[in-house]
Amino acid sequence: MSEANTQAQQDYAIRMINLNKWYGDFHVLKNINLDVAQGERIVICGPSGSGKSTVIRCINHLEEHQKGQIIVNGDEITGDVKQLERLRRDVGMCFQHFNLFPHLSILDNLTLAPIWVRKIPKAEAEATAMKYLERVKIPDQANKYPGQLSGGQQQRVAIARSLCMNPKIMLFDEPTSALDPEMISEVLDVMVELAEEGGMTMLCVTHEMGFAKQVADRVIFMDAGQIIEENTPNEFFNNPQSERTQLFLSQIIAH
Amino acid sequence: MYVTDKILPELPAPSNAKGLVYWLKNNLFSSPLNIVITFLGFYLVYKILPPAIQWAFIDATWVAETREECLGEGKGACWAYIGNRFGQVMYGFYPPAEYWRPNLAGILLILLTIPLFIEKMPKKVWLGAFILLVFPFIAYVLIHGGMLGLSEVGTDRWGGLMLTLIISLVGIAAALPLGIILALGRRSEMPIVKSISIIFIEFWRGVPLITVLFMASVMLPLFLPAGSDFDKLARAMIGIILFQSAYVAEVVRGGLQAIPKGQYEAAVAMGLSYWKSMFLIILPQALKLVIPGLVNTFIALFKDTTLVLIIGLFDLLLIIENVLGSDAAWLGFFTEGLVFAAFVFWIFCFSMSRYSMALERKLDTGHRS
Repeated sequence: MSEANTQAQQDYAIRMINLNKWYGDFHVLKNINLDVAQGERIVICGPSGSGKSTVIRCINHLEEHQKGQIIVNGDEITGDVKQLERLRRDVGMCFQHFNLFPHLSILDNLTLAPIWVRKIPKAEAEATAMKYLERVKIPDQANKYPGQLSGGQQQRVAIARSLCMNPKIMLFDEPTSALDPEMISEVLDVMVELAEEGGMTMLCVTHEMGFAKQVADRVIFMDAGQIIEENTPNEFFNNPQSERTQLFLSQIIAH
Repeated sequence: MYVTDKILPELPAPSNAKGLVYWLKNNLFSSPLNIVITFLGFYLVYKILPPAIQWAFIDATWVAETREECLGEGKGACWAYIGNRFGQVMYGFYPPAEYWRPNLAGILLILLTIPLFIEKMPKKVWLGAFILLVFPFIAYVLIHGGMLGLSEVGTDRWGGLMLTLIISLVGIAAALPLGIILALGRRSEMPIVKSISIIFIEFWRGVPLITVLFMASVMLPLFLPAGSDFDKLARAMIGIILFQSAYVAEVVRGGLQAIPKGQYEAAVAMGLSYWKSMFLIILPQALKLVIPGLVNTFIALFKDTTLVLIIGLFDLLLIIENVLGSDAAWLGFFTEGLVFAAFVFWIFCFSMSRYSMALERKLDTGHRS
């Protein structure tokens, strides 16, 4: 790879080149090509089973791809264990079901990775953790256990937990889908704040179209393992090109 | 239209929903069959308990110098016989002048263990590692001797409750880590590690412990180079450890499988290595889940140590049954011996059970994600 080429790669947070993935015989991702610039905020939507979660789970290699390339922060993902550990330090992820560690207090949930992965001293890690808990507006819950928190609070803790690692890229896998309606907005508020602050590359799989309109630089619509349409939020919602997109939008807006 | 702005206050439950009468009615007299069973139960207790108490406590002889004092009309249990042979019951054929050595080892172990139960104790991990890795050598030097000016007491003279405790403590302390490694191995994605773990586990689970002990004591020496003398107790212990680790492995594997996939994903997504995610995230949760199963295995292990009597190691049961039972000065008090042995085993097993329940409550953070 030439010097100039490397430089070009660096400008992208994520590049996917002809990405293909199969679950057994099922072709779940078909020729995905996606370049994400540093600091870009992208919303991925689509019907269930369209492969949208799989795409972002390939970025931190929770799912293995069989064909094509993924280049994250200039490094191609090879599946090498040491490289993966390095890569994952810089890629935070929030899950649909929060996946907090139920046996650890909120504070310990937040400091675990900084202490054990980044080797940050405990006191410093705790200070950082409290800073982020304040940002997600629940510093008073620091000594509770995840089981004592509501779903919305747990998801905000999960966001704070990822932020404690100071990631360059944040992946959100349907962060509000498992929440009661009352709690969705408290999580979205945190995410909007994070997005508006800028600097961090964000990829968010979600059906929250209000969120997409407000913060996304680009909306990507997927169906049947393919990227069907890709546009600015304004164009995407007001002037959808493909029939499939129009159908999808009419269905989610009808409710 | 109906609107209220008043929240109703909470009232105490009515008397027919709690209390002793409620409990009796619901648990003992809830149906005709239950009433019959309740009275039958009371009758059996009435027939068995008073005579047993009469024999074991009221008519019992607690202190006596000779066998004759225990005999005669209206005499119950002869506990004096246990008291007179207490040294053997506790230490086997260990020289009485050296009893302080196993005692010291035991006290040392208790003193070292106490801080582990103190909530805010720092550096617990190091203390735990010290107890598991260094203390066994200290205890061995103390009890076995043969160095540092301590006279040598061979393992063939170890016995009684001391031997039972040594075998079970070493068994538990070694089988747990080995079992955890095997459980992880069995769930590994590496084919060789996985196959070795499966073969190991299924082999040891497939043979009876008696066979293992026989193999260790009779067959193994045949395969070792001539003249090599490998301690019989050590052989038995290795057999027990390997055997029990297979059971521990399967119990732990059950716990590992109960942890949702999301926990593994969240752990690795933060950049934790395999071993860190296992030891920091997965195992603490999995082990907590399988405490009942683990304690079950440990209680079984504790009681199974009595099987070492078939290879001629004088554990608590064999001392009582064989040595004391044939003691000419105290013939005929076999029942007392066995009741005492049963009582000692029950105390230890019941304590383990209660401790595990307390541990479960303490570790319960009220949530499984």
